[in-house]
This record gives sequence, structure tokens and C-alpha cells, in this order.
Amino acid sequence: MQERMKEKVLFEQKFEISGGDFVNAGDSSYKIKNILREIGIDSDIIRRISIAAYEAEMNVVMYAEYGAMHLLVYPGKILLKIEDRGQGIEDIELAMQPGFSTATEEMREMGFGAGMGLPNIKKNADVFNIKSTVGKGTKLNITFNLNSKND
Amino acid sequence: MKLETIRELLQAEVISKCSNPDIDIKFAKASDLMSDVLAFSQPFTKPEALLITGLTNKQVVRTCDIAGVCAVIFVRGKSPSEETIKLAEECNITILTTKLKMYEACGILYSHGISGTPSEK
Repeated sequence: MQERMKEKVLFEQKFEISGGDFVNAGDSSYKIKNILREIGIDSDIIRRISIAAYEAEMNVVMYAEYGAMHLLVYPGKILLKIEDRGQGIEDIELAMQPGFSTATEEMREMGFGAGMGLPNIKKNADVFNIKSTVGKGTKLNITFNLNSKND
Repeated sequence: MKLETIRELLQAEVISKCSNPDIDIKFAKASDLMSDVLAFSQPFTKPEALLITGLTNKQVVRTCDIAGVCAVIFVRGKSPSEETIKLAEECNITILTTKLKMYEACGILYSHGISGTPSEK
């Protein structure tokens, strides 16, 4: 659907995310936030995009081997595409439930793995799509409309 | 409430360079769960929130930056790494540390009129 619309991409950038790299986790989201600020996007929308990007980035760091986050800015919307290579999600419906988590003790000690990641992403997005294949990886497409306030 | 007043109330020490004692703190939240901080960041588009936490890693600062929290108080006398302090200075987030426990720090601030984060919707 989105591909068919062939909207003009005003800006795009791809960020690589290494699984297990807790030291640099969050760097890509930080860069995205600064890019959006420079473009002059509304601060409330930047906050929503940043939260979604950060949660998605942390998910890649925690659960995948490798991932990439692709930021695409269109005239009326912003699209974040996150694709990782890793264990995938067995039961997406369960993973979407607030509080459900498969995080290890180590992740929890870092302040993550509260089971709020995917629900947080969905809450902040205008359109949220998730596809996952166990043993292969997960794909997220998160869309933010530039002229809506989400709630 | 001015950050400087909060520092006095909690007998805290400012450990990052970019301290801005004139920031007017309106709300506070206390959590060691960064996703919870992000989940309840809804009303904060202005830098007026304070986070009270026992976690001192770099992700705390990242989370605050993204959630629009402008100051962090580490409880139980914890000090973050140089790296965490450096990142906080880059993000213009003030870091303080207090010897008080989380419950005590929250109690003191609450009794002095700092409210929790407003409920959603």
C-alpha cells in the first residue's frame, strides 16, 4: 500500500544497530531526534517518534543480532522502518500485551524489559505494523502523520 | 520548584557541569524502569520534569533526553560513570546525587508540593 503511493521522499537515512551493544544503544534514536529537530518537525511529534525509535532500537539491542532503522521523511508523514535479524517473536499478540516480557535479568538490571516496549511504540504511532518470523527476525513499520496529534 | 531548592531539600550534590539551578520543576517521577519513564512521558514537551532513580547507566540519560526530563537525581549516594555524566552534559540534563533512599526523596518532594506525573487522558 505505502509503496504504491509513491510519495516523494524528502529525506532518508539508515542507521545500523548492533545486537547486544548496550553501551551505544540509543545513539540512533538520539541522532534521529536531532535530525527531526533540524528539519523543524513539531516537538510533540518528535517526542513520539523518538520514544518509538528508542524502544524499537532497544528491542534490537536486547533481542536481535543485527538490525537497521530507516528514517523516511515524506511531505505529510514520517516512516520508521526497523528490520532485524534475530530470534523473532513467537506470539505477537502476547508480546503486545503491556507487561509481557522475555527479558533476562541483565536487561532488567539495565532498566529495560518491563514489557512496555511494543505497547509504547504502538501508542505513539499513527499506524503500526509488525511482522515476525521465528528464527529469522522482526520487521516494524511505524508511521507518524505530520498533521495529526495522535490523541 | 527551583532545582536549587530541590537540591537543598534532598541535601543533594550536583555532579554534572550544565547545572541550571533556575529550572522550574513541576513534576517528578521515580522509577528504575526506563520503559515506564517513556510510557508516562506523555505530557512533557517542556523541560519541567525530574526523574528520581537508582539506576546510573547511560540509558537513563538517553531515556530522559527522549522523554523530556530535564534533571535526574540518583538516590542512595550513587554516582554515575564519567560516560553517563558526559552524555548528560551533551543533552543539557542536570544530574544530582543524594544519600537519601528513593522513598525518602520522593516523600520529601511530595510533601513540599511536587506532584507526580499527571495521569493520561
